[in-house]
Amino acid sequence: MKESQKAFWDGVKAEIPLLVGVFPFGMIYGALAINAGLSTLASQMMSSIVFAGSAQFITTQLVSQAAPAFVIILTIAVVNLRHMLYSASLAPYLKHLSTKWKALLSYLLTDEAYAPSIIQYEKEGIKPHSHWFLLGAGLALWTNWQISTALGIFLGARIPDDLQLDFALPLTFIAMVVPVLKKKPMIAAALSAGVVALLAYSLPFKLGLILAALVGIIVGTLLEKANAK
Amino acid sequence: MQNNIWLVLLIGGLITFSMRFSLIYLFGKFEIPETLKKALHYVPPAVLSAIIFPELFIQDGALNFQLTNIRLLAGLIAIITAWFSKNTLLTILVGMVALFILGWLQL
Repeated sequence: MKESQKAFWDGVKAEIPLLVGVFPFGMIYGALAINAGLSTLASQMMSSIVFAGSAQFITTQLVSQAAPAFVIILTIAVVNLRHMLYSASLAPYLKHLSTKWKALLSYLLTDEAYAPSIIQYEKEGIKPHSHWFLLGAGLALWTNWQISTALGIFLGARIPDDLQLDFALPLTFIAMVVPVLKKKPMIAAALSAGVVALLAYSLPFKLGLILAALVGIIVGTLLEKANAK
Repeated sequence: MQNNIWLVLLIGGLITFSMRFSLIYLFGKFEIPETLKKALHYVPPAVLSAIIFPELFIQDGALNFQLTNIRLLAGLIAIITAWFSKNTLLTILVGMVALFILGWLQL
């Protein structure tokens, strides 16, 4: 087997344990998107155009609340800012590649593709074929995400309204946020954002959400700085 | 919204891609300032909490801290589940079952 092929399949193999966790998420996303009133095509295409789990969940939530387009776009931007960190972190390992390769790998750069790849690169260093590893991990996740979304859309359209499936979305967010609440600045960021969101709830265009998020981010960052002194 | 949704998807996708592509493309030309790096860690809990709180506390357009607010109760049960189990699917399942049972008890 060629070196590039081996690196590709190593990437796929490293991604498999993560796929098990991601698959139900894709299904939940698909089901919620349909129930939020998105068309089948838009629900599926969000998984390939945006291809970012938490941003897709939040978009679904905002669509169901009829938030205006600019607020949804702004929120997607804020939520996905963390990808700049991944981009910075992987950049030294991909610097020798052509722009086409860089663009392809950037499109596939999700939380779950980043995690095994950076571990591999920090362990092995840069080799001529290392980028195939990220391609393998990224494509495995991409395929898994598209299929699980489709299955969720298919099943979601058959779920009756009185099951209150919309509540699964805040529950998903609770499951994501509670485990990261370990240090005081994190807890303060979450609580302050939550309280501001309640106080600013009546602001038009769901702007309360953006305001609350900014307050939470600032509170967390300032507290971390104060603690470091 | 159905007309707008494609605009949201296209621009949202483009922004997401740009962020992923930005520093891979600009390698060596630009460093993220330390403060911004720190701030980015607080984005997920801040944004998610800003969505969770109104979902739990606001009922029919008004704040409701009462025990009659079953979404608040089910949410608290889910938070406790998430805290101890750190298991996403279990948290969603327990929260949904709690909402269902509480709703049934209320009838």
